[in-house]
Amino acid sequence: MRAKDFRPPALSLRFAHVWRRNFLVWRKLAIPSMLGNLADPMLYMLGLGYGLGALVGKVGGLPYITFLAAGTVCYSTMNTATFEALYSAFSRMHVQRTWDAIMNAPINLDDVVLAEAVWAASKSFLSGCAILIIIWVLGLSHSPLTLWIVPLAFLVGLTFACLGLVMNAVSPSYDFFLYYFTLLITPMVLLCGVFFPTDQLPGVLQAVSAVLPLTHAVQLARPLVVGVAPAAPAFHVLVLLGYAAVAFYVALVLTRRRLLS
Amino acid sequence: MPLLEVKDLRKSYGDLEVVRGVNLSLEAGECHGLLGPNGAGKTTTLRLCLGLAEPDAGEISLLGLPVPKAAREARIRLGVLPQLDNLDPDFTVFENLLVYGRYFGQADAVTRGRIPELLEFAGLTNRANSKIQTLSGGMKRRLSLARALINDPDLIFLDEPTTGLDPQARHLIWERLKQLLNRGKTILLTTHFMDEAERLCRRLSIMDHGRIISTGSPRELISRHIEPEVLEVYGEDVAGWAAEHGDKLAMRAEHTGETVFCYTSRAEPLIATLQNRPGLRYLHRPANLEDVFLKLTGRDLRD
Repeated sequence: MRAKDFRPPALSLRFAHVWRRNFLVWRKLAIPSMLGNLADPMLYMLGLGYGLGALVGKVGGLPYITFLAAGTVCYSTMNTATFEALYSAFSRMHVQRTWDAIMNAPINLDDVVLAEAVWAASKSFLSGCAILIIIWVLGLSHSPLTLWIVPLAFLVGLTFACLGLVMNAVSPSYDFFLYYFTLLITPMVLLCGVFFPTDQLPGVLQAVSAVLPLTHAVQLARPLVVGVAPAAPAFHVLVLLGYAAVAFYVALVLTRRRLLS
Repeated sequence: MPLLEVKDLRKSYGDLEVVRGVNLSLEAGECHGLLGPNGAGKTTTLRLCLGLAEPDAGEISLLGLPVPKAAREARIRLGVLPQLDNLDPDFTVFENLLVYGRYFGQADAVTRGRIPELLEFAGLTNRANSKIQTLSGGMKRRLSLARALINDPDLIFLDEPTTGLDPQARHLIWERLKQLLNRGKTILLTTHFMDEAERLCRRLSIMDHGRIISTGSPRELISRHIEPEVLEVYGEDVAGWAAEHGDKLAMRAEHTGETVFCYTSRAEPLIATLQNRPGLRYLHRPANLEDVFLKLTGRDLRD
């Protein structure tokens, strides 16, 4: 590592040109992409929500499908950003060398990495909105508070995009991403209160759960779906922002080391 | 003022010093060739000049701006043809140009106005809506060249512009590059093809092991470093002939396998000794840049 890699981020609005490039590509495949965003979480919600819901009855005072809907918003936005920041960004960086082409033009790496983070968050935003529509259509919630899900989806997306970009910066190949899923994403899905309340877990796992970012996303999303204000919203937002900021900086340092040596 | 000026540039990776004190100066309107075997440090030198890597020592001034400090600003007036094509596979030919123009902060109207001319220049007018995957290697290279011109740059870096292309495609690229030079563009070109360097470059810098070992026009380099005539002699018994005549009569003789290269200012006496040797064939030709290159960088394989 060289001292120069640790310099503070130099960000500019030029990131928008790169964001727009990704948007243009997405637009070509917008419909299949949106359907993909919808189908997977919808199957989980309907299958588990009704199937398992019939067996378990109420969870945390809610019908199971409503309980699950809030978790699904978070888990699905996390997944969308993660896939985008790992597989898609890696393709652009390493396989297609699109980043190289961009950096031959007057755009610096810092702006490219920012663009990838914001783009992945934008896709999460879309996927969050899609699930919100399902929640409304299925009549799982009528509260205007659910509209807060929209900015929350972007924030959760940003957090996991930045975390994913750290992995992107150090991966030699696509195969490497499996470690990330096994070691981070799967525990996140199972320990953060997506499918069941975290107080069902033994103490040690609850302690782990408390520091994982998805927990904080779920603790914001679930009350919003129910229609009540979340407890300590600023705290949870700050945790998510903190993860995003630190991960972004680490991703930037590691990507500089990888590409600007 | 030189469009690119490099002084005592150095760059190491680990223990390996890849660029070891490079000096380079590009005058407006010239095509300057950076000639060297694989691993000589050509591409690293270009990356340093683009501000994509930090030099360990030395100074770079690109289009009047200090690099890497103001590399981004300098790249606004620079075009780059990378060694490996990195066209955007998710876009058509037209979209590749349009989107690339945006990276320069160029208004779409300006880019759209420039695209027809660039497509014509690249011979891709009727492929505007083609996907990149359907283009041949030569077409991709031409499109990459057109993309490098999207901002109407003053200076263009070409990293091995014709490597991997067939002769037809290479000649077409050369034709286009000559057009650019006629329009007053300045070009810095890396290559390991001597014919390419000889055709296009007003001046050449031969680079090896991270250093520039000689600079001059193609003719200057030939007259400076090498005897004017070459006699290549081939055949099974070439070693015997060389020991008897070649090594003695030539000013310099190089043996590789079953070939002896005799460098001389007068080939007639050598040719006379070959008349009664039916087992040997020979080629008598003027010395060229490749002879200079091989003399300066050696005949050993590089990887």
